[in-house]
Amino acid sequence: MTNTDFLIIGGGPAGLMAALSASEFGLEPLIIDENQAIGGQLIKQTHMFFGSKAERAGTRGFEIGLELEQEIGKRSIRIERQASAVGYYPDGTVAVLQNEKVTPLKPKAVLVATGASENFVSFPGSDLPGVYGAGAVQTLMNVYGIKPGHRVLMVGSGNIGLIVSYQLMQAGVQVKAIIEGLPKIGGYLVHASKIARAGVPILTRHTILNALGEDMVSGAVISKIDDKWQTIEGTQQTLEVDTICLAVGLSPLTELLWQAGCQMNYIPELGGQVAWHDDLMMTTVPGIFTAGDVTGIEEASTAMLEGELAGLGAVKFLKGDSKDLQSRINDTACRLAGLRAGPFGQKAREGKCKLAECKR
Amino acid sequence: MKKGPVVIVECFQEIPCNPCETSCPRQAISVGDNINALPQVDHHKCNGCTVCVSRCPGLAIFVIDVAYSDAESAVTMPYEFLPLPEKGDLVAALDREGKECCRAKVIKVVNTKAQGKTPLVTLAVPKGMETDVRSFKLAS
Ligand SMILES: Cc1cc2nc3c(=O)[nH]c(=O)nc-3n(C[C@H](O)[C@H](O)[C@H](O)COP(=O)(O)OP(=O)(O)OC[C@H]3O[C@@H](n4cnc5c(N)ncnc54)[C@H](O)[C@@H]3O)c2cc1C
Ligand code: SF4
Ligand code: SF4
Repeated sequence: MTNTDFLIIGGGPAGLMAALSASEFGLEPLIIDENQAIGGQLIKQTHMFFGSKAERAGTRGFEIGLELEQEIGKRSIRIERQASAVGYYPDGTVAVLQNEKVTPLKPKAVLVATGASENFVSFPGSDLPGVYGAGAVQTLMNVYGIKPGHRVLMVGSGNIGLIVSYQLMQAGVQVKAIIEGLPKIGGYLVHASKIARAGVPILTRHTILNALGEDMVSGAVISKIDDKWQTIEGTQQTLEVDTICLAVGLSPLTELLWQAGCQMNYIPELGGQVAWHDDLMMTTVPGIFTAGDVTGIEEASTAMLEGELAGLGAVKFLKGDSKDLQSRINDTACRLAGLRAGPFGQKAREGKCKLAECKR
Repeated sequence: MKKGPVVIVECFQEIPCNPCETSCPRQAISVGDNINALPQVDHHKCNGCTVCVSRCPGLAIFVIDVAYSDAESAVTMPYEFLPLPEKGDLVAALDREGKECCRAKVIKVVNTKAQGKTPLVTLAVPKGMETDVRSFKLAS
């Protein structure tokens, strides 16, 4: 592994778009990703994506990943696979672990686009084999072609819970129910509708009380809850399932940003602790950029545009401003604002506003 | 509506999305500059070609033809499950809640490369049921 001016940590949609936009203006970035396959979350998304044509809407997620990888192949962009950034040192050195060997890199600019990790909920039996995170189920099914079980209870009705349920049904797995603690479905209604019309009940104001089983999951007890999340006596029911899938949110993967000493702020709307950043995604540490789910849980489409901005930000930081660069930045910022303009973008808008006000 | 196949867009929530608009060769659907706006259909422009049906990531677009025959209407829907039915199959038609609402006959199955793995299935349903039928179950 050789050094680079611009190191991109994480080869998801954010990191890949950052590499492409930076290379448009002459940078030669290095992307490292701990996985073998490039594309981050995209590689397991077999469904068509929403968004605008410019962000490849209507294309299936994994195909977006393949398209980006192809474009990268045509440019002066290097990719190192199965390479993890394991530490950030005060002098600006990033330690990269690959093949049991650590290489110190000292780039002039870094983009941390490490994505997010799944949240978990605990309940009696939640440690039994057969309780999975939705991401794990998706990886098993769509990357390795393995059915996680035969009868599934899905916990969480956000877009991830809905789309993973749909993908389970496509794989021939029976989804017994989707339960949601809040009074309304969290994800897009169009996703929910395609599940409902295939006959899967989506039960709002319901929670899981416990998993049944000795050596593995053999069932789940669920019940109705009131608006204080208290179970309503007499509404318990047992579902015969062998798999319980948790889709209860994501949290930004921010370790490297903490180590680098970036100012971190707790913004619930963005999914937890995130690094303060300016309009070009630069953190409070000059030269360290952040983009995608690590700076607020959103969508691949917004992650791609944030990545683009971060790539352009790195160009500005390393090579200075120019008229072309500025008009490119304006265009990307405008498209990003457009995607966030609707009711589903409200949380991200509010979160980013709050974050902007946190500068100390 | 009486003249032949026509598009029905069941997308009632403002989400950032517009492949319906960009895929229609006749500009019959518009979302506009605000990509979060709801799609608007111009039924005068739509000829029911079904191109948009397999391009909608929400699988929220259907084409219905009330003039299919004297007793039946045709409903074209996206269907991403295996096994695919075959023309001539009898199936149990499902409504929006997944409840069986009538029997239906498969009259067309289209699965070309251009559809990007979202096959289209057209069912003949009893007249009047075209507003209810949105999915189906292979009869067992
Ligand atoms: C089930 C599911 C369905 C979704 N559906 C949609 C959808 O329909 N439309 C949509 O727009 N979005 C969707 N999303 C969201 C979308 O996938 C994410 O918002 C997007 O992938 C975030 O991109 P990212 O680049 O920030 O992170 P990621 O895609 O998570 O990529 C981060 C990458 O960084 C790597 N990495 C992390 N830490 C390190 C390290 N220390 N060293 C090296 N590499 C590291 C990871 O391995 C990963 O490859 C979905 C997500 C899920 C889970
Ligand atoms: S059915 Fe054809 S003409 Fe009608 S809206 Fe769809 S793509 Fe356009
Ligand atoms: S493509 Fe489908 S989901 Fe997207 S806006 Fe159009 S109708 Fe709605």
